[in-house]
Amino acid sequence: MTAAHPSFGDVQVGDQLPPLEIPLDRTLIVAGAVASRDYQDVHHDTELAREKGSKDIIMNILTTNGFVGRFVTDWAGPDATIRAIRIRLGAPNYPGDTMTMTGEVTAADDDTSTVTVAVRGANSLGDHVSGTVEVALP
Amino acid sequence: MTTPTDTDDGLTNEEFHASLQAFVGQQIGPAMVAPDEVNVPMIRHWCEAMGDTNPIYLDEAAAQASTHGGLVAPPAMLQAWVMTGLTGPSRSGDGPYEQLTDLLATRGFTSVVATNCEQTYDRYLRPGDRLSMVTTITDVSAQKDTGLGTGHFITTQQDYLDDSGERVGSMVFRIIRFRPRGTSARRPAPATTRDSNWWFEALAAGEVRVQRCSDCGLLRHPPGPMCPRCHSLAYDSVSIDGNGTIHSFVVVHHPQVPGFDYPLPVVLVDVDVTGESVRPVRMVMNTADTDPEAVVIGAAVRIEVRTAGGQHLPFAIVTDAPGGAS
Ligand SMILES: [Zn+2]
Repeated sequence: MTAAHPSFGDVQVGDQLPPLEIPLDRTLIVAGAVASRDYQDVHHDTELAREKGSKDIIMNILTTNGFVGRFVTDWAGPDATIRAIRIRLGAPNYPGDTMTMTGEVTAADDDTSTVTVAVRGANSLGDHVSGTVEVALP
Repeated sequence: MTTPTDTDDGLTNEEFHASLQAFVGQQIGPAMVAPDEVNVPMIRHWCEAMGDTNPIYLDEAAAQASTHGGLVAPPAMLQAWVMTGLTGPSRSGDGPYEQLTDLLATRGFTSVVATNCEQTYDRYLRPGDRLSMVTTITDVSAQKDTGLGTGHFITTQQDYLDDSGERVGSMVFRIIRFRPRGTSARRPAPATTRDSNWWFEALAAGEVRVQRCSDCGLLRHPPGPMCPRCHSLAYDSVSIDGNGTIHSFVVVHHPQVPGFDYPLPVVLVDVDVTGESVRPVRMVMNTADTDPEAVVIGAAVRIEVRTAGGQHLPFAIVTDAPGGAS
């Protein structure tokens, strides 16, 4: 595919992924919840979210996973295959904030042409998500 | 006497954790079957929401030319295929997961936050795949104090199968069910001294004891360094029988101190204990399992060590009030 995406042989431990800034508007959070068929009110209904003690609606976990996957394949390209996404959840993603995703290759397995990318998505409150993605590269 | 307990359920934290462990290994309900097969319209909604332009999800030609050889679903969508949606059936009300949740609620662990989600993919899904999912409870942690509050971590594993029964992916999901910080204020700790430590240590071991002079045998309470009769500094102690009678009491309505329930009876109990004393041995304590109305002078009480706010203390339980008021 396009030369912009790395092959396994191009990648070295310590390589940084291009950062991705995601403006967290209300539409994005609701669209992610609906696209993942997650109708819990804290993901779309501000009034009910506040009644339940939340400052506002919050991004759901499936959307977080979606962005982590997208962040890695934006870099790895269409010939890559994600093997695992392992995340730890932290500060909520509220509307109006921005999540900045960064990543670094922390391991490379020659036998399976798979690299491990340590991923972080931080907003103004701290780390919304941190974890690792295993991705097989062509 | 009873053994010390950590909460009103009469179980230590270890015993409570053991009862939670009974759920580990249990499958939660029957397999959930995806309402729809993996399909392009849902993939499109997902990619639009995530701003994901990887062509293998929606561009047939590009997908054909890639290592995937045709359209595939974004791997992170795994969980989305079996979501029940807005009007889908909710989980049945009396399965193991609900029982576990109910049991945790008895200790006030009612708030929930997801902490970890680990998905592994055996293969990418293609339009036409029909998934089902089986969930198993794989771990319930011991009680943990966290930044959120005190509670237990629950780990479940979701295995996703295609219609030939082959596993296509799995997910390990961890949540904490907890009692939020500040909702259960701690009872102020009693002031202890080198002369009274031994008495609180006996409570922690489940016993209410009364100090006794080693030289003349006189019983005394509260604990102090010297026998009021023979002035000996030597002492030992005896265990009480576990019964007593309310000598006097007050019921506190105001001011209300966090960590106590109001109205709050404070009772002075004539404690049944074998031995010589100048007047009945009397102890101040709160009541348990007792309607404040039943607290009257002369009421018979049973004295038990209970845990309140992490402290082992004696409590009076009214067993028989004069005039049948209990
Ligand atoms: Zn004496």
